[in-house]
This record gives sequence, structure tokens and C-alpha cells, in this order.
Amino acid sequence: MAYKFTLRGKTYSFKDLKTVLAKATPERSGDALAGIAAEDNKERIAAQYCLSEIPLKAFLDDLLIPYEKDEVTRLIIDDHDTEAFKPISSLTVAEFRDYLLSYEVDGKTLKGLAPGLIPEMVAAVSKIMRNQDLISIASKIEVVTKFRNTIGLKGHFSVRLQPNNPSDDPKGIAASIIDGLMYGCGDAVIGINPATDNPQEVSKLLKQLDDFRQQYEIPTQNCILSHLTTTFEIIDKAPVDLIFQSIGGTEKTNSSFGIDLKLLQEAYEAGKELGRGTIGNQMMYFETGQGSSLSADAHHGVDQQTLEARAYAVARKFDPFLVNTVVGFIGPEYLYDGKQIIRAALEDHFCGKLLGLPMGCDVCYTNHAEADQDDMDSLLTLLGVAGCNYIMGVPGADDIMLNYQSTSFHDAMYLRKVLNKRPAPEFEEWLLKMGIFDDQGNRKELKEQMLKLK
Amino acid sequence: MMAKEISKSNYLQIDPWENLRSLSKARIALGNSGGSLPTREVLSFQEDHAFTKDAIYSDLKEKELLKHLQDFKLPVYQFQTKVSDRKEYLKRPDLGKKLAETSESENGDFDILFILTDGLAADAINERAIPLLKEILPKLNDYKIGLCLVKFGRVAIGDEIAEKLNAKFTAVFIGERPGLSSPKSMGIYTTYEPRSETTDERRNCISNIHENGMSIEKAADLLQYFIKESFRRKISGVKLKASLPNQIDRK
Repeated sequence: MAYKFTLRGKTYSFKDLKTVLAKATPERSGDALAGIAAEDNKERIAAQYCLSEIPLKAFLDDLLIPYEKDEVTRLIIDDHDTEAFKPISSLTVAEFRDYLLSYEVDGKTLKGLAPGLIPEMVAAVSKIMRNQDLISIASKIEVVTKFRNTIGLKGHFSVRLQPNNPSDDPKGIAASIIDGLMYGCGDAVIGINPATDNPQEVSKLLKQLDDFRQQYEIPTQNCILSHLTTTFEIIDKAPVDLIFQSIGGTEKTNSSFGIDLKLLQEAYEAGKELGRGTIGNQMMYFETGQGSSLSADAHHGVDQQTLEARAYAVARKFDPFLVNTVVGFIGPEYLYDGKQIIRAALEDHFCGKLLGLPMGCDVCYTNHAEADQDDMDSLLTLLGVAGCNYIMGVPGADDIMLNYQSTSFHDAMYLRKVLNKRPAPEFEEWLLKMGIFDDQGNRKELKEQMLKLK
Repeated sequence: MMAKEISKSNYLQIDPWENLRSLSKARIALGNSGGSLPTREVLSFQEDHAFTKDAIYSDLKEKELLKHLQDFKLPVYQFQTKVSDRKEYLKRPDLGKKLAETSESENGDFDILFILTDGLAADAINERAIPLLKEILPKLNDYKIGLCLVKFGRVAIGDEIAEKLNAKFTAVFIGERPGLSSPKSMGIYTTYEPRSETTDERRNCISNIHENGMSIEKAADLLQYFIKESFRRKISGVKLKASLPNQIDRK
């Protein structure tokens, strides 16, 4: 179905819904690379007006990627909760934005609404929002998850300790873990991206992390971010806490990652049976990022931000403990500079939270993108205000294995300080017990003899 | 009233586990002031970033590399992609996956093609590709092998080259995106039966080949393993797990 909008005497027409969405998207290099972006600023604002008048219902009827062709579309449509959708079923995209911002709509309302929303509606409304709207609405939503501790509570802010090492060297990894714990990081997860995805190596790393956790009674969870099939292979033999996988918003993207919904379901069920969590059993950990579908030539002419939101439909099917948008990792051909990275991260965090996910963000950039530490400081602060569940903690912000810059342990200290946020409650108690933090959340002066982690 | 002079030890916290620094190149035990980075660490990071940014614009030493490739006494080919300069390379990865229209084809009926391309760090290829070939080629006497050099290429450029020259297997040597502490890191992507429509789950990857990561010798061992297993089982990618013992360097 074609869509039209007349702006200052000129009529813009868009051949279908996905074209309206793509042209209404704030500027980014990935959509230009795909050849679907607005021609100029005038066409973009015309598309945004056009989009704002579209009823939310339209996204349930006019499917961007055909039901028969894509299992992610089938998941979205089949799992849609019409009862939860009812209260907003007569709204347009513009009205939906105003509704979300209104005083009447609080976190509880939004939580009830989540099953009635599909990714396309959420992506649509985000495209006519400013950064402050994305922050304002997301900050209403609290998504709490549990495994060995509690992540996502208001007033708390967690960190994945990411002690990656280019040769998976156990001593190098241990050194980074100690450094991170001493700066109060690691409550979301201690998670390593392995240099080589092989079952024996992954098992060894898991054993190392698990021994360490038990020795110091750290209330957290571990993860080696190996491919799902590798984790699956060792799940009966190695201490697997969280099950990790990268996911995307189309069947073909997931296929390029070597997975499908059936495989995710099998892994999810196997993980449930392990029951290694102490206060909860949410154990899936997903990573996503705008541009992955285009990168795999699996985008069906849909813009990268809408596809990213569709990946969240895949994530929410499996009740995850953590979801992480790795926003600036993919490179300048998808998000060119600091401005585009910041916008995309706020969109992803907003869309994920509105769909009910425990969103974290890898605030990051690669060296070939036009971005630097100042951009990351800005994004980190904005996400903290938006209520982001967690960020990465990488020694000195420099990942020596994946060759990109993320956020550091010091960045986490900064954010908790300026926004008065605390680590996960169970983890904070441990930090106090170990004499690492004082009750103000400041790091204590650590004399050699106080260093209990040796 | 006279202000009292402040001594540095009053506010800068030192991390007493500085001895752990010898175990890793990671930026650990940096110390802090009020939780934030000390000045020297802020400037040191920005220094590394400055050098890395400039390294991305390094160039493939084509003449020198071609000469070394010819020394192996194997068929050598040179290709061009559709990319015309570095900035276009960064913004248009699609063009780096396609050969220029003028590229010639030839039925070489190769078992293996080794393809060298600059990727995001030409210096990684300039420095590590030839030593790695010297290590692996003597171990592959049973295969018919060709060598290729291509400027401004992405990983998938190997697929089109394999079709042009008719090859069963490709190993693409490519400069990985530079990290602050490893601006010259090489990666190798192997594909069995590469075709234009090949996606990444069908490739195996050996990454972080640089002076603080995987050594040339270990990378060659792992590459030899992937070659042997790919030909034996006629697959590559996620279904082919690396189960070579001690494949990774230990410090």
C-alpha cells in the first residue's frame, strides 16, 4: 500500500510502509549504504509527518517482511497480545508519542502495554521523537531480572566486567577481573569474548571463572560469549551460567549467525534445566546492534533501526537476563560518527525497554568511526539518565582483544557518582564486606594488606 | 589566612596491584582521583588513539608484497576492487566485496587460494602475511595453490576471486580493525567452496595475529588444521569447530 504526504505544496509519495519508515529515520550511514534513506531533509520530514498519521493498527496488517517468508515476522504476529494492545488500538503514531509522554502513563502502565506492542510500532514512534523523548519515556520503565543478583532496579546501575584477552591467557584475564572488581564492576556478569570459539578452551575459561566466583563468594554470574552451538556442546560438562548469542531481526540475519528460533528454544530449555541461578533463573544473554542485517545482506529493504527493534522480539521470547545493544562496534558504514552512535543507542535502549527487555548498552566506537571519548562520555551520561540497566567495564576502555573502545571501570565509577546510583544490591553488600567500597559508594584506599583478592 | 599547599598523595589513589600489569597488556591498575582517571592516563590514552587513527590510513606495499609472493614460485594474481580511495572504502563495504569490471578470469582449478588484502590495517599485511605464508606453504605440498593480492578488499572479496579462478578453498589474510594496543593485527578467514552468496557462518576465523596476540607459528598450525579438516569433511564455518589442542599461545 502506498503512502502520501503533501508538504508546502509538494506531494511526497512512498511506495510502501517500510519506505515511509526508512525515509523517516534520522540520518545514518547504514540506511544510505542500503540505498533506502531519505534523499534530503525535506523528504525526511515529509516521511516523518506521513508516519505520524499512520494508525498503530496498520503495523499489524501491513507487514514489512511477509509472514510466509520470515520466522521473525511469524513470531511477532503470532505472539502479539491483542488484549494488551486494546487501550492504544485506535491511536496514530503521533498520538502514541504524546500518550507515552503523558503524566498518566507510568512504568506500571508501560509494563502492561509491552506484550501488546510489536517492534515496528515502537520503532515508528521512536523515529518522530527527539533524544530527550527517548530518555524521558525509557526512564519511566523498570525492567528487573534475577539470577544470582538483581539487575535493573531504579537507583542501581550495573556493569559487565569484560576482561577479554587476545590469547585467552588465564593470568591476563584474572588480572583484568581483579582490577574490575576493585572498581566495583562485574555485577551484571563477568563475561569474556573468547579469542577462539572452541569447546575445550571455552570449558577451561568457564571453569576458571566459576572457581574464582566460588572462592570469593561473589554474588554474580559468568559467561563465555561463545557461539550458541559451542555452549550447547559443553552445557552438561562445564559450569554454564548464562547462555549467550548474537541475534538479529530477520530469519536470514539469524541464519547468517548460524542460528534459528528452534535452536534458541532448545538452548533456552536446556539452560532452564541447569537451574544454576540462586534468586532467579533468567539465563539468556543476547547481543544485538543496528546494521547486522544489512551486513549479512538480510535486510529486505527495511531500515536498520526497525530491524534492530525486531531483534528485540526474538530476545523477549526467551525471557533474557541481559540484552546488550553493541551500538558503535559495527563501524562507520552503519553509524558514521558520534552523533549517529548516540542517537542509535538511545533509540535501541528506548525500544528495548518499551518492549519489556533488560537493556544494557555497549557504549563504544571503533577507531575508524568519527568518534572519541568525549562522545562516549556524553552517551554514557545520557543512558544513565535514561535508566539503562548496565554498561560494559573494560580496563581503561580499551578492549585489547576485540580492538575497539568501550567504557571503563572508571566510567562506571563516574556515572554512579554523578547520578547517585549503586551497584546491584547483593553485589554492593559484597563490595562493602570485602572493604572495596565505603557506604558512600566511594572506593576505599586499598592498602596491600587489605587486598583480599590475591 | 594562608592556603595550605596540597600534596599529591592526598588525593591520587594508587592501585596496590600494579604488579599484575606484567600479566597483560590491558590497561589495569591505573589509579584514580575521586574515581576518575589520573591525568597521565587520560593523555596516554589519547596519544594511542591519535596514532591508531593515523594508522588506519596506512597503504598496502603492493610492489614489495608482489615481489615476495613471486619468490614462492606459485601462480600470483593481482586484483582491484570497485573502491577508489580509503574514505570510500570505509563508507562503502559493498564496493570492497566486488572486483573491478576489468578483472580477468582463468580456470586455474586451484585447491587453495591465499588472498592478501589490506582491510583496515594495511601494515598488518605488510608485516605479517609473508612470514605466515613462509610458515605454512612448505606444509601443503599435496595441494594446488595460488596467491593473490588485492587492494581495498573486504573478507568476501575471496568468494568472487575463487569463482574467477575456480578454487575449492580460500584463506583471506586481512588487516583487522586497529585497536589502541594492537594497531597492526591480522586476521585469516577460511572458506570451503566459496561462492558469491556465501555468508559469514560458513567461514572459520583466526584472529588477533599480532605481536601480543597469536604468534605466526600457532596461526599457521591452526590454519593447517582448518585446511585439513575442511578438505576431509568438505565444510567450513560454525559446523567445523577448532579442536586442536594447545592452539593458543600462552604467555
